[in-house]
Amino acid sequence: MEITLNGTTHEIDDGATIANLLLQRDLAATPCAVEVNRQLVPKAKHEQHHLASGDAVEIVTLVGGG
Amino acid sequence: MSTTTNTMQASDLVIGPVTITNRLIVGTGKYGDYETMQRALDASGANVITVAVRRERLIDEQGRSILDFIDTDRYTILPNTAGCFNCEDAVRIAHLGREILSQMNNPGAGWVKLEVLGDRTTLLPDPVGTLEACRQLVDDGFTVMCYSSDDPIMACRLRDAGAASVMPAGSPIGSGRGIANPAAIAIILQLLKDPDHGGAPHYPVIVDAGVGAPSDVTAAMELGADGVLLNTGIAHAKDPVKMAHAMRHACEAGRLGATAGRIAKKLYATASSPWEGVITTIPGE
Repeated sequence: MEITLNGTTHEIDDGATIANLLLQRDLAATPCAVEVNRQLVPKAKHEQHHLASGDAVEIVTLVGGG
Repeated sequence: MSTTTNTMQASDLVIGPVTITNRLIVGTGKYGDYETMQRALDASGANVITVAVRRERLIDEQGRSILDFIDTDRYTILPNTAGCFNCEDAVRIAHLGREILSQMNNPGAGWVKLEVLGDRTTLLPDPVGTLEACRQLVDDGFTVMCYSSDDPIMACRLRDAGAASVMPAGSPIGSGRGIANPAAIAIILQLLKDPDHGGAPHYPVIVDAGVGAPSDVTAAMELGADGVLLNTGIAHAKDPVKMAHAMRHACEAGRLGATAGRIAKKLYATASSPWEGVITTIPGE
């Protein structure tokens, strides 16, 4: 299925969870926050949260800033 | 040496759950490379550093993340909402920052440096959006460190909305123009900290933005600010590590000077050497 991830289209497995997505992108152990359709999904729910076709997913992290 | 140490320790700044042992707070943006940033952070003496929240691009060209260069046991991370131009986005970014820092078990998870800006050219705060977001984030349980203009009435409104600290800009972000309106900062300090003006002595006011030189930091501290937050003044200096040292000492000097109690300004001179016993000819006498 197709989702929008950080602004660009990506193909992922049907029914993949957020945890699956993070694992696939090698981010499982990296501090980051995930939004699905502009709603924050806390890390504790990443295993249970199944993504749906057309979801807009944002994965954000910390960068240098003032 | 021990006297100096004790003096500085006695002046630790406590905001919400965080103790700021060095009153200089520094940003982590705009450095040419992570190694320089790391050495500059160390040289600044800061124990609080700011970061931004952005889309995952966790690795630089060499495959490294900023998180690999920050000792999260040493630094309390203050996440900002830089890049937000309305209340909704600022609240959203604040929650994302809290989620990330919670995973890192960093005490910074409890607070946020709130910025709601008016436009990309001036980067001046949008007072309406800032006040709205401040109220919302306070309701959401955040310790809100609120970036503002140097408008004294706005500072009072933000304090009344529950901001844990008001952080007036010395001058626009990254401008290096220092404290553009010292009188406005002085009025803010009086209104927020002086009981005779409805303030509370321990209410923290931190000058944020516009600092270009160590003397700007000292000037802010001498006015009575509780701290200074800066980024570009160090990161874009020709020698960031040396400038970080300078800013650290400037902050300490300003703080010590402010608490030592400066002499009053006088129109005429007062001699430092005694008149008694002079053997010279004095004009008019």
